Amino acid sequence: MKFGIVVNEGPYQHQSSDSAYLFCKAAIEKGHEVWRVFFYHDGVNNATKLTEPPQDDRHVVNRWTKLAEEHKVDLVVCVAAALRRGIRDDNLAPGFRISGLGQLVEAGTKCDRLVTFGD
Amino acid sequence: MLHIVNKSPLQNGALDSCLRMAKAGSQVLLIEDAVYAATAGNACEGKIRAAMQNLQVFVLGPDLAARGLSDRVIEGVSSVDYGGFVELTIANPNCQSWL
Amino acid sequence: MSDVKKFMFVNRKAPYGTIYALEALEVVLITAAFDQDVSLVFMDDGVYQLKKGQQTKGIEIKNFSPTYRALEGYDIEKLYVEQESLEARGLTEDDLLVDVTVMTRAEMSELMDQQDVVLSF
Repeated sequence: MKFGIVVNEGPYQHQSSDSAYLFCKAAIEKGHEVWRVFFYHDGVNNATKLTEPPQDDRHVVNRWTKLAEEHKVDLVVCVAAALRRGIRDDNLAPGFRISGLGQLVEAGTKCDRLVTFGD
Repeated sequence: MLHIVNKSPLQNGALDSCLRMAKAGSQVLLIEDAVYAATAGNACEGKIRAAMQNLQVFVLGPDLAARGLSDRVIEGVSSVDYGGFVELTIANPNCQSWL
Repeated sequence: MSDVKKFMFVNRKAPYGTIYALEALEVVLITAAFDQDVSLVFMDDGVYQLKKGQQTKGIEIKNFSPTYRALEGYDIEKLYVEQESLEARGLTEDDLLVDVTVMTRAEMSELMDQQDVVLSF
C-alpha cells in the first residue's frame, strides 16, 4: 500500500513529528511504501539543518533525512509555509525539498491513504 | 472510517467532536495525549464506554506506556503498536485526524 | 492530473488565534486548481472563520475572510456548516459572510464517511 503523510507541527515542541516518523517506520517494516511526507504549517521546521538537539536526545531532522536516504521517501516542505518561517534552500537539511502545495494534493490523489499528524 | 484523536479529553473538545460525528461501526484510535481518555477512572470513562456500544476504540500502546498508564486501560479498548496503527489505516477506506 | 478524488477540508479552529484557518484556505484553493472534488466543512470553532464583519486592523493581521467569498470563482461551492456548532456559538446563517448549506450532524457524518481524503485543520 502507498502512504502519504502530512506533518503539521515542528519537532520537539509537539509529538506529531515523532508519531509520524514512527508510523512511517512501521509501515515500511510491513513492506508498504511511504511515497511522500508533506510538511506544512510549523511542520516545515522539521526541515532545518540548523537543528542541534542535546546529545542524549533523538535527532528528529536527521532521522527524517535517513528515512529519505534509505527508503526513497520524498520529503516535501511547503514553500509558502517555509518562507513565512525562514526555511529556505540554504538551511534545508539533506533529503528535503521545497515545493508547492500541489505536492500535497498530488499525495492525496496518488496515495492509497493520506494520514495527518498535527496539533 | 478511522478517526484518530490526539488530545486529552479533559483539556480539548476533539474527542467529543469525534464521537459526536463518527458513524456507527467506525473505529477510533487514541494517540499522544488522547490516550488518557482510554484509562479507567478518567472523568471521560463513561463517555468511552458509551461510545463503545457503536464504535470500536483502540489506543496506541507506546503512548500509554510513555505516560505510565499501560495497566489502566478501560476494558474493551484494544491496545495497538505502531504496526497496528498502520493496519488500522489499511483496514479502513479513509481516515481523519481530529486535530 | 487525471484521477479525481473527493477531498474534504474540515475546519475546526477559529481564525487569527492560530494560523491553521488561513493556511487551510491556501490548501483549499490549490486543491480546487487541481480539479479535485472539494468540500469544505466548518464545525466547532471553525464556524467563527465565516463570521461577518471581521476587522483586523487593530491586531495587524491580514483579514483573510474576503477569500471565502471568492471561493465561488474557483468553483468551490460545497460549503457545509454544522448546525449544532453554529447554535452553540449563538450564531445563525445570517451571521455568515457566504452562502452555506447548514447540516445536521447525522448528514455531515454521512458526508464525511464518503470522502477519499479528509484533511482536518
